[in-house]
Amino acid sequence: MFHDRMTVGIEKIRARIKGSVKDFTEEHRPPPKKVRTAKEIFGGAETPTDKEGNQIMIRVRNLSKIYGKHPEEALRLLEGGLSKEEVQERTPNNVGLYDVSFDVMRGEIFVLMGLSGSGKSTLERCMNRLVEPTSGQVLIDGLDFTALGEEDLRIARREKMSMVFQNFGLLPHRDVKNNVAYGLEMQGVPESERLEKSREAIELVGLSGYEDSMPSDLSGGMKQRVGLARALATDPDILFMDEAFSALDPLIRSDMQDELIRIQSKLGKTVVFVTHDLDEALKMGDRIALMKDGRIVQVGRAEEILQDPADEYVDRFVREVDRTKILTAGLFMRKPRGVLYVTQGPRTALKLMDSSDRNDMLVINRDNRLLGMVESDDVLRAVQSGDKDLSKVVIKEIPAVGPDTPMKEVIQIMVTTDFPIPVVDGDGVFLGVVSPSVAADTMGPGGEE
Amino acid sequence: MSSPVGVFADKLVDFIEYYFGWLLTLFKEILDLALELLGYVLNYPGPALFILVLIGVSVLITKRIVLPLLIGAAFCIIWWMGYWESSMVTLNMVLVATAVAVIIAVPLGIWAANSENANPVIKALMDFMQTMPAFVYLIPAVIFFGLGAVPGVIATVIFAMPPVVRLTNLGIRQVPPEMNEVADAFGSTKWQKLTKVQLPIAMPSIMAGINQCIMLSLSMVVIAAMIGGGGLGGDIVYALSRIDIAMGFEAGLAIVLIAVTLDRLTQSFKGEA
Repeated sequence: MFHDRMTVGIEKIRARIKGSVKDFTEEHRPPPKKVRTAKEIFGGAETPTDKEGNQIMIRVRNLSKIYGKHPEEALRLLEGGLSKEEVQERTPNNVGLYDVSFDVMRGEIFVLMGLSGSGKSTLERCMNRLVEPTSGQVLIDGLDFTALGEEDLRIARREKMSMVFQNFGLLPHRDVKNNVAYGLEMQGVPESERLEKSREAIELVGLSGYEDSMPSDLSGGMKQRVGLARALATDPDILFMDEAFSALDPLIRSDMQDELIRIQSKLGKTVVFVTHDLDEALKMGDRIALMKDGRIVQVGRAEEILQDPADEYVDRFVREVDRTKILTAGLFMRKPRGVLYVTQGPRTALKLMDSSDRNDMLVINRDNRLLGMVESDDVLRAVQSGDKDLSKVVIKEIPAVGPDTPMKEVIQIMVTTDFPIPVVDGDGVFLGVVSPSVAADTMGPGGEE
Repeated sequence: MSSPVGVFADKLVDFIEYYFGWLLTLFKEILDLALELLGYVLNYPGPALFILVLIGVSVLITKRIVLPLLIGAAFCIIWWMGYWESSMVTLNMVLVATAVAVIIAVPLGIWAANSENANPVIKALMDFMQTMPAFVYLIPAVIFFGLGAVPGVIATVIFAMPPVVRLTNLGIRQVPPEMNEVADAFGSTKWQKLTKVQLPIAMPSIMAGINQCIMLSLSMVVIAAMIGGGGLGGDIVYALSRIDIAMGFEAGLAIVLIAVTLDRLTQSFKGEA
C-alpha cells in the first residue's frame, strides 16, 4: 500500500515537473539578473581632489548622528549653539556626532582618535553605514554613499571597503581559510578561487600554515591577523579599523602596527583607523583627527598636533605623550654653521675652524655625502707636514642618525659624545645636525628623565 | 453547563473543522505518509541489523567507542525483553513529531528573534502551549484527526515544540553584536547573515532545544497512547488497566533506554557545534 501510494505520487509529481519546467523555461525565463559591480556604482562619480591634487577618497560633510526618535529638535538646539550635555538634558535624544567634516586622502592612514564616548567609533560606522547618519553626507570616491540603496550599499561593502573589528569578529564555526574567504563568499566568488585568494591574504599577514586552524586555537595577535587578512582578501580600496589592536597586549600590538604599516605601504590602501591610544595614533597616522563630544577638535599631521594644539583639550591630551618618542631627529635638525668639503684641503679647513672658533667640523664630499669629521689638532699636523689631502685626517667612525630616528635615541647617543649629531638619509646624504642645546628643548615639560 | 470560554472553544473547534477540514485532511495524509515511510525504514532491517547500524551511526556521530556499544546494549535489552515492535512504533512517532516540531519551531524562533512585534505574541503562545495540560489537546486532536498515531503526533508536536522556539530565539538574540556587524560590513544579504552567521553561532542553543524537544516527545508517548497511538505507551496503558507491574516496568524501562540513547546522541551534536 505504501509502495502504491509512492508510485502514484511520484508519477504525478514527475508529470507536473515535466510540464511546468517546459512552460517556465520558455515563457517565464527571467532576464539574466543584472548584478552591478562596485566599479559601475562608483564609476559615474568623479573623485574630488584637494588643492595639491591629491585624490580625496572619503569626504565627510556636516555629518551628524542623533540617537533616539525625532532628532529634529536636538539638531535644531545644536545649531543654536548648545553643547552636547545641554541638548541631552533638554531632549530625550543622545548626541553621537554633530557637524563633522573632513577629508581622507587616497592611500593615507587616517586616524580617528579620542576618549571613549567621543564618537570616534560612531563616526567610523557612519562612514560604512553600519550606523545610519541622521544628516550630512559621506562621499566615497566622489559618490554620495549616504544616498545608496540597500542593494548598492551591499555591493559597495562587498567590493569597495572592509572592516577589522576590536574583538576580531571571527566566525567561531569556520576555520581560518574560510573566515578569510567570507567576504569573497558574499561576492559569489567560486570556492576554489576564493580559497586561493584566501591563501594569498593569509600569506600576506604572515599566517601561512594556519589555514585549517579554528579561531579558538589561535592567540589574540594571530586572530587579529586573520581579521586583517579577511579584510584584505576582497582587495578593497578602504579599510576601516575599529580599535583593531586595542585588545592586544603591548608587544603584540606594536608588531601588528608595524605589520599594518608594512602592508599599507605595499598595497596603498586607504585606512581609517580608530583608536583611543595617542601613541598608536601618532605612530600610525599620516593624519590624525582628535575627537571630543561628537565633534572633531583638530585634524592634522602628528607633529602639527603636538607642536601646535588647537585648544586646551588637545593640549592636555598630548601632554601625556612621551614627546621624545614621537619627535624625530628630522624635526629638530638645523643646518650647521659650517661644514667642510673634502676638496678644500687642510689649510682652508684650519682657517674656517679658526674663524668659527671650533675644534671640530663635519666633512662632506661634492655629492653632499657625509664622510666624517676632522679635529683641529689633526688638521694642524697635516698643515705642518705639508699634506694637501684632507681625507687622510678624517675620522670616519662617528655616530649619525636618520631623520626618522626618535629624539629619545638621539639623546642617548648624544650623552656618549660631545659633538652635534649629524643627520643623514638612507643614501648617506648629509641633511643637518642636532645639537645638544636643541635636544634639551625636546624634553619639554614632564619629559625629564 | 460551560461558561462562555468553554462554549467559545467548542465553537472554535467546530468552525475549524467545518472550514479547514480539507487542510486538516491534507496534514493528516502527510503525517500518515511520513509515519509509514519512517516505519518502513525502521522495520526493514530487523532488530539485529538495526542495532549494528545504530552502533555504526553512533560511532560516526559521537566519535567514541564505548557509548555506541552501550547504546547497542540498551537496544539489545529492549529486543530481549520482547518490546522491539512497540519500541519501533514509539521511536517512529517521536522522530516524526520531533521533525515536524523542528520544521515549525525553528522558523518561528527566527521570526521571534528578528521581530519585536512577533516576539511577545509568540512567547505568550508558547507559554500557553506548554502549560495547558497535554490531555486537553487530545480532545480536538481526536475530533480533527480521529484515533491513531497521527493525533498523538500532533499533540506531541504542540507539547514538545516550545523549547525549540525559545532556544532558537534565545540563541539568535545572543549572537554577539559584533558578529552581526561583521555580516553587514562584508555586505551579506539577510539570508546570508542568517544562514552563515546567526544560525551556526546559535546552533548549540538550537540543538539544546531539539534535545529538550525529543525528551518531551518521549514523555508524551503514554498520553498519546490513550487515543490509540500504540507503541510502548500502548503497552503501559494496557499494563495499567490490568495492574500488570511486570509489563508496565518493562515498557517503562524501554522508554527510558530510548530516551537516554536519543539524549546522548543529540547532546554530542550540541557539543560539536
